[in-house]
Amino acid sequence: MHSLAFDVSHTLAGGLVLISLMMLYQDRLYSLLNVFALHALVLSLSVAWQAFIQDAPHLYVTAIIALVFKAIVIPVALHRIVKQLGIHRDIESAVGIGPTMLAGMGLVALSLVLMLRVTSDADPLAREDLAFALSVVLLGLLVMVTRRNAVSQVVGFMSLENGLVLAATGAKGMPLVVEISVAFSILIAFIVIGIFLFRIRERFDSVDVSALDDFRGERR
Amino acid sequence: MVVISDIIVQGVQMLLVLLLAPLLTGYVRKIKARLVRRQGASVFQPYRDLLRLLRKEVVLADNASWLFRVTPYITFAAIWVAAALVPTFATGLLFNWTADLIAIVALLGSARFFLALAGMDVGTSFGGIGSSREVMIAALAEPAMLLIVFCLALVAGSTQLSTVSHFLASSYVGLRVSLGMALVALFMVAIAENARIPVDNPATHLELTMVHEAMILEYSGRHLAMIELGAFLKLLLYVSLIACVFLPWQIALYGSGALSYTIGAGAYIVKLALAGFLLALFETATAKMRVFRVPQFLGAALMLGLLGTLLLFVSRSF
Repeated sequence: MHSLAFDVSHTLAGGLVLISLMMLYQDRLYSLLNVFALHALVLSLSVAWQAFIQDAPHLYVTAIIALVFKAIVIPVALHRIVKQLGIHRDIESAVGIGPTMLAGMGLVALSLVLMLRVTSDADPLAREDLAFALSVVLLGLLVMVTRRNAVSQVVGFMSLENGLVLAATGAKGMPLVVEISVAFSILIAFIVIGIFLFRIRERFDSVDVSALDDFRGERR
Repeated sequence: MVVISDIIVQGVQMLLVLLLAPLLTGYVRKIKARLVRRQGASVFQPYRDLLRLLRKEVVLADNASWLFRVTPYITFAAIWVAAALVPTFATGLLFNWTADLIAIVALLGSARFFLALAGMDVGTSFGGIGSSREVMIAALAEPAMLLIVFCLALVAGSTQLSTVSHFLASSYVGLRVSLGMALVALFMVAIAENARIPVDNPATHLELTMVHEAMILEYSGRHLAMIELGAFLKLLLYVSLIACVFLPWQIALYGSGALSYTIGAGAYIVKLALAGFLLALFETATAKMRVFRVPQFLGAALMLGLLGTLLLFVSRSF
């Protein structure tokens, strides 16, 4: 009835959803970056565990990519960007934390209901992984929607991608080439976004994206 | 014969919680004092405080109604009954059929209801502010508590504490992420309900921050002693709730011999000491938060409970 393999992967994937919700709770930029690093760390643990139970050594490569790039390189780089830009550390959120958390819970419930309906005859492990991955993706989108600061939107985007990796490793048989290309495209996207951050900052003296609304003539 | 021994064991349980409750509070205070390198009062100081209060005269406001006078006894009785229902060293006690988690939540809720009414009864401004804050905290802590109850009930298939404890002690339960979340959420609720540090600090009388203290500011003498003892019992209740649900090891089963009851009691005291130490450690490590941040803290507890309940639906064994 109970296998340790299932329980451990359940715990790791559930922990990933929990850390996504923790990301919604943060109201300081540095703590948001730290939580994001934790997110990537748990993701790499989860991927490594999948590699172990599926006996798929190429997944270890994915885990190492996630660990090195997402848990170390990108958070450190974002820390430096925040320091260089000198943005003040509070995050202006478009919606308050309470309603955001409720919306997050709604999204988790939605993705669980959806996935459990759709994949009723799949392998329970893959099924549960897909449900959690969908909720991580939706929560990443929610972080992007509710935050006005461009740096925290980047963090939301990265955590969304973590959800995609979780889904990909849960479903067996994703080729390594695809994973590497996804990982590198994310890295490229990160570099592009970093350059954009500096451009936005140069133009508007802030990274609050509501400044863009004024520029487009959509003044509130 | 069986009935008599049942009554004796249940009586021992009721006396045990009553006698241990001040000791637990004194122990937590002592550890906290030692952690900040102070000597601290003796662990038996709460007993002395209670005796001193019992000997003192009661000072009542002129406009205090009967509600103000009966509230300490109602509060104390409700909390004592609730604490006596939680399995501490043995499951399957005499009153166990009533030891439903929802009933315990309701008993605590009614105790708080009367206390909040009494806080407003005399008509001072402090009583009113304390009551309104207490009710604000309660209104958020109670849904979180109920979600934790639902989560446990879904795992164990019952809201009866004895059954839950028995089930969780068995080997049917593997590693469950939901239970971990429920544990963290229960810890947060326990901190809020017992007016411990990040939410409220019962050791200070600072107007801006006091919640529980402001509500009972008008009480004196034996009334205050009853309320204080009720507060000690409530802390013990939450600690034993956590212990019996999440650390149910060595708890004696119904009808086992005196030896296993003794082992159960010993294990229970060890668990209390451990929990008290962890609580003191946590309290010295954190700072008190603003009153307006409490809803977010409890909202996080609510979210953890809800998430734990939701995650149960994807685990295979449910």
